[in-house]
Amino acid sequence: MANNKVFQNAHDAMQGILFDGMTILSGGFGICGIAENITEEIKASKVQGLTVVSNNCGIDGFGLGTLLHTRQIKKMISSYVGENKTFEEQYLKGELELEFSPQGTLAERCRAGGAGIPAFYTKTGVGTIIAEGKETKVIDGVEYLLEKAITGDLSIIKAWKGDESGNLVFRKAARNFNPPMAKAGKICVVEVEQLVKTGELDPDHIHLPGIYVDRIFEGKYTEKKIEFVTLREE
Amino acid sequence: MAWTREDICRVAALELKDGYYCNLGIGMPTKVANYIPDNINVTLQSENGMLGMGPFPLENEVDADIINAGKQTITELPETSYFDSSESFAMIRGGHIDLSILGALQVSEKGDLANWMIPGKMVKGMGGAMDLVAGVKKVLILMEHTAKDGQPKLLKECTLPLTGKSVVDMVITELGKFDITPEGVHVVEIAPGVTLDEIKSKTQAKIIG
Repeated sequence: MANNKVFQNAHDAMQGILFDGMTILSGGFGICGIAENITEEIKASKVQGLTVVSNNCGIDGFGLGTLLHTRQIKKMISSYVGENKTFEEQYLKGELELEFSPQGTLAERCRAGGAGIPAFYTKTGVGTIIAEGKETKVIDGVEYLLEKAITGDLSIIKAWKGDESGNLVFRKAARNFNPPMAKAGKICVVEVEQLVKTGELDPDHIHLPGIYVDRIFEGKYTEKKIEFVTLREE
Repeated sequence: MAWTREDICRVAALELKDGYYCNLGIGMPTKVANYIPDNINVTLQSENGMLGMGPFPLENEVDADIINAGKQTITELPETSYFDSSESFAMIRGGHIDLSILGALQVSEKGDLANWMIPGKMVKGMGGAMDLVAGVKKVLILMEHTAKDGQPKLLKECTLPLTGKSVVDMVITELGKFDITPEGVHVVEIAPGVTLDEIKSKTQAKIIG
């Protein structure tokens, strides 16, 4: 069966969906499981004033770090932004806005956004500066704070295998933020290491059903980058 | 002779019990994994989405898709499972993890923890620390007893921005092992060659013997 989700490459897949000032939700943890082909295409498009929701902001010269270098990002919503000198420079000069969200809260805000839940109560951050300006409520004697869901204009996702129907399988710890981010964007574009025909993936082993995926293409990859290669002695 | 960093990790490892699910923070807490007693089974969770973390890889085992929360390469075990970040923090927030071991800048006698931010310095972010201390059943802090300038880190009230309020259960420093109790900081064990007077002189929090 023909399927209109499949695109030939990142350039084709990104046509007509980028605009200045948009909010982009990015999967990945550090530089593991990040949509590097899509990010390159966003860079090439020169789209400006982006709000990017992502646990981290890549590293200098790779991943979202490349969009910092070209000053296309206006605001980041993240839990941890170390390992990135460009980020630090722009932030300290006041050129980049930053909203910190605790990692689990960030994941849940996106999951909730994709699940039609506008806000939720959580213990995380109670009594800290994260709680400032947020509604709190005592439920069964425990104080919680209200965190709002996150949705966005576009989700950029990396998976290991995907089929023509958009069903996805992730590989090992590269799954991380990809599923919650995929669910919370109006349009979800996915790059995969291997694009297979519909029917080739075991339906019982799909990590993210194709309903969340709008566009999919097979990415081009060289060697996978690693932030900190750490070895044990033989 | 106070405890070395290795000693602190060894003392911390004794808090692990058979069957525990445990999350180890970046730095010294990660090293506690090297001292887990052979006769118990402990499963390590990594908040980026892995349960059942193995040791660091040999060179020929390196896989870019198997990393821990510190973005270091790691290996999997027969019992390993992978999941997404919202599932990972459901485990953490939902109280399914038995023990979280973290570092600290300051701890108060009420169990308040500050470990993510120094005003005026570049803030890297809290990562998963706020979720861990809010959700995990027991929170163990490993830290130096005083700051580099000699100021106490075990205080009546934290002066730095908090990671969590009333969340710390136990603190281990080079001087000893301490329980945070409603009455104050209870000295459980004193490192060899250290006196209670030395601990009191280097602690602002209320110490109870």
